[in-house]
Amino acid sequence: MQDMYRENILDHGMHPRNRGLLDPADVDYEANNPLCGDRLRLTLRVDENNRVTEIGWDGDGCAISQASASMLGEEILGKTLDEIRDIDKEWIFEMLGIPIGMNRVKCALLSLKVLKVGLYGLEEWRRLEHEHEDDE
Amino acid sequence: MTVELFDATALRADFPILQQEHHAGVPLIYLDNAATSQKPSAVIDAVDDYYRRYNANVHRGVHKLSEEATAAYEQARIKIRKFINASSKREIIYTRGTTEGINLVAQTWGRANLKPGDVVVSTQMEHHSNIVPWQILAAEKGFTLKFVPVLDDGTLDLDAYTRFLNEGGVKLVTVMHVSNVLGTINPVAAMAKQAHDAGALILVDGAQSIPHMPIDVQALDVDFFVFSGHKLLAPTGSGVLYGKRDLLEAMPPWMGGGDMISTVRLEGSTWNDLPYKFEAGTPSIAEAIGLGAAVDYLSAVGMENIQAHESEITAYALDRLAEVPGVTVYGPEAAKKGAVAAFTVQGIHAHDVAQLLDAEGIAVRAGHHCAMPLHERLDVSATARASFYLYNTLEEVDALIAGLYQAQKAFRV
Repeated sequence: MQDMYRENILDHGMHPRNRGLLDPADVDYEANNPLCGDRLRLTLRVDENNRVTEIGWDGDGCAISQASASMLGEEILGKTLDEIRDIDKEWIFEMLGIPIGMNRVKCALLSLKVLKVGLYGLEEWRRLEHEHEDDE
Repeated sequence: MTVELFDATALRADFPILQQEHHAGVPLIYLDNAATSQKPSAVIDAVDDYYRRYNANVHRGVHKLSEEATAAYEQARIKIRKFINASSKREIIYTRGTTEGINLVAQTWGRANLKPGDVVVSTQMEHHSNIVPWQILAAEKGFTLKFVPVLDDGTLDLDAYTRFLNEGGVKLVTVMHVSNVLGTINPVAAMAKQAHDAGALILVDGAQSIPHMPIDVQALDVDFFVFSGHKLLAPTGSGVLYGKRDLLEAMPPWMGGGDMISTVRLEGSTWNDLPYKFEAGTPSIAEAIGLGAAVDYLSAVGMENIQAHESEITAYALDRLAEVPGVTVYGPEAAKKGAVAAFTVQGIHAHDVAQLLDAEGIAVRAGHHCAMPLHERLDVSATARASFYLYNTLEEVDALIAGLYQAQKAFRV
């Protein structure tokens, strides 16, 4: 069995948590990964203390992108927007806990992209996406 | 049953990459030939020999190396002329590939001839490389683009094609010969006749046909035929635009620079003869020589033999894929199809299918294969695609099927 499809990935990929859109929602953003055809829409409710109280998402795509959305949703529930700001690419890779090849990075990060653009705008995502790019 | 004249297993010895293991203990089963083909030693050696022994620029030096390089580069052009039965070597324009060939026609013939009210007819199954260049030009020149729809059986709606031509104004038909997803072999000779009767020219994208079947551009009677070398055993960065000589003569150049000029004065310049008018700058010399070697190799094996072998593999693959529950294959039946099988597996995204097959040593492609409008028509976001070539075997198809059952087991579907 290949490393990429560990039990947790398959579990989240096939039984995604928090699936289903919130209406109304405080945050509602959708993005896709045109190369793969992965699509993800994320809705959030945030209380007066800027804490995420409810999360709902919908989308389709490969097991990696869907598991990433499912796991990230569980992680951010109850966190404040300030805490969420600290989540970066490496954090997502650690959360998934599997080796992510170059060709699957966009699948793994689609959920983070939707979250970051939805919360903080495109600029914040671009900054994150290109972080450490010149390190190697 | 194996074709007597043809022994794919023996041919495999000519391809160094096929001798290696994909992962430790797992042999490589390469089924991504529609993306690019593997290279035989004959091609690798031709490129190697050029760089080691006679590397020099072409058409310039009087020294021995340059003469030898020029001779090899031009010899390859003659081999290609014969391979596609063009009437003159001047009709063979070297490009970096199919995409560049289409863009060249759009930016030269298209720019000079298309105006508001004109129509360019393409199809819903095209690769992006035969859609986007025309969209870019249409935005600038104001002509209309019409796309022939794809029917449920994966073939073109030829009634719609006839209707488009009858509606008038069509200056160019631009169509792929063989679909890189559905495998559909389009009736380009008949389409060319219809186009000509309507006063239009026809460009055929041969990227997925010329690696797999004999091509005679005069018999097809097409005005332009473009292809990439790397899909027919040659290096990347090699490719050809064939055009009828009178059309090419009348077309303005595209890129300006060295080699494409006759005289240059600061007041203005005059253009070199065909084919050099369209070959500005130092070309891909090693790649062109490699393409010549690839054409020699394919000719020695015989394109008819390759076609027969691949038909057998494709028919077998379609039969076996049909056995697997939850698998849907797109495109026409084997008899009307090139060596391509695009499919989906219920409950497993195409990317996951490809990833799991990779673990078994099987290379297939997943995605929309640069044909997003077609995937929209098929109503799937992505397909997995197995595509075959002369060195593939029935045993490799069996491995693919076993890999799919493995994937279903892993995903419990």
